[in-house]
Amino acid sequence: MSLIAADHVCVRFGADEVLHDVSLAIMPGEIVTILGPNGSGKSTLLRALLGILPVAEGRILRQADLRIGYVPQRLMIDRTMPITVRRFLSLPVRVGDAAASEALGRVGMAGHGGDQMTALSGGQLQRVLLARAMLGAPQVLMLDEPTQGLDQQGEAAFYRLIEEVRRNTGAAVLMVSHDLHVVMAASDRVICLNGHICCEGTPRVVSNAPEYRALFGLGTQGALALYQHEHDHDHPPGEGHAHHHHDHAGHDHA
Amino acid sequence: MPIITTITPGMTMLDDFLVRAGLAAVGLSLATGPLGAFVIWRRMAYFGDATAHAAILGVALALATDLPVGLGTLVVALAMAVTVAGLSARGWAMDTTLGVLAHSALAFGLVAVSFFPTVRTDLSAYLFGDILAVSRGELGLVWLGSLAVLALLAWRWQALLTTTLSEDLAHAAGLRPNRERLVLVIALALVVAVALKIVGALLIAAMLIIPAAAARGFARTPEMMAGLAVAIGALSGLGGLALSLWQDTPTGPSIIVVAAVLFALGTLRKRF
Repeated sequence: MSLIAADHVCVRFGADEVLHDVSLAIMPGEIVTILGPNGSGKSTLLRALLGILPVAEGRILRQADLRIGYVPQRLMIDRTMPITVRRFLSLPVRVGDAAASEALGRVGMAGHGGDQMTALSGGQLQRVLLARAMLGAPQVLMLDEPTQGLDQQGEAAFYRLIEEVRRNTGAAVLMVSHDLHVVMAASDRVICLNGHICCEGTPRVVSNAPEYRALFGLGTQGALALYQHEHDHDHPPGEGHAHHHHDHAGHDHA
Repeated sequence: MPIITTITPGMTMLDDFLVRAGLAAVGLSLATGPLGAFVIWRRMAYFGDATAHAAILGVALALATDLPVGLGTLVVALAMAVTVAGLSARGWAMDTTLGVLAHSALAFGLVAVSFFPTVRTDLSAYLFGDILAVSRGELGLVWLGSLAVLALLAWRWQALLTTTLSEDLAHAAGLRPNRERLVLVIALALVVAVALKIVGALLIAAMLIIPAAAARGFARTPEMMAGLAVAIGALSGLGGLALSLWQDTPTGPSIIVVAAVLFALGTLRKRF
């Protein structure tokens, strides 16, 4: 029995059909990544599953009283609102101090309860968002490009954290991402999206699927190689990052 | 203070117009503090203006239909607030829409009121407030209205904060952002109806924004900001009252002047 599922879902913005005939199901304890280029409808799909966006056709099926922990793509807190990390964790459901510190500890943010939310770095904010999402003891965690704005190290650390959460709590995880290489180690299943579901399967299967390659224009380069390679798709394989860094060091911006 | 000595045995405290005025100012700030904080966080300042300006139209309609002025302002303010909220949800350009609506409502109201010669003479009471003329009944309404707003905000507090931070987070938690927005709209209309007599239609938005803005620099949590805004609002009310008595200045603007000075002092203190 799936926790949450989309059944032949279409989502339209006016005349634009952003999602066409999408069906998927999230089972307890699995990590699923939705992968697609910009504008492929990834966030739209997540928001439809959450009930934020109405579906034009099809249905969203949720287990009764499903507890969802949601980590949004970004959270812009208006500077006019003073709010500490500790206070933020108590929204919308108030939590005790012990639970709050434990959640912060689990994401490596112990002792930051008194910090202002607006003073956090991008990576710290993502961790706090994750801590808050976990406080509701979710059956499924939904993360929308959770590592946007993190450097590669931070990105890798964040995905390790997600795996750890799954291991410790048994929560299913549904993530949205636009590149495969870092998520693939953690995902059980990858769904490749471009308005409709192009292909799906284990990361290895998807990375070798012609649909995936056509979508991302990777040619013959395997995803595994990509994983071991560096972040930037624009670099030809021969051109290392050391060169790139050297370039930057050459400039004197001071 | 000669005023105090006029309270003779046998009079209750509420018979003194100054005591009533002070209590009205304090009562109003109970509502404007927390609501003002939301107005700032959600950038609804102009929205507050439009609602407040519509109150003048409410005065005219109430006079035309022989209904109580408070009821007229409440209904028209609510209608304006719901209209604006609806338009903004449909993606209208808010800056322009609000500019058109706010000033049209004010202009229509002023023109309509001019048809009632008896009112024309003390129109300034509706534009700038007339806190010194607050009757016992009106004082009761101010407190009733303010406590109603306070209760409404306290009841929805967690949901309102979550929705204000992120509508998506609210949705995911099973809240309905549209409903929370409506709560604020209703609270705003109530405050406008209550505040019209005290600070007047032109300065209601200032009473919402300035104390809350002054509180921002001293607060670490939303609750602290709302609480401090209440205190600063009450202090401004009492200070404005004193200024008005001392220098014979119009009371509504005097209240806002004191609030603005407190805001400026707060900014200075932060500097050093």
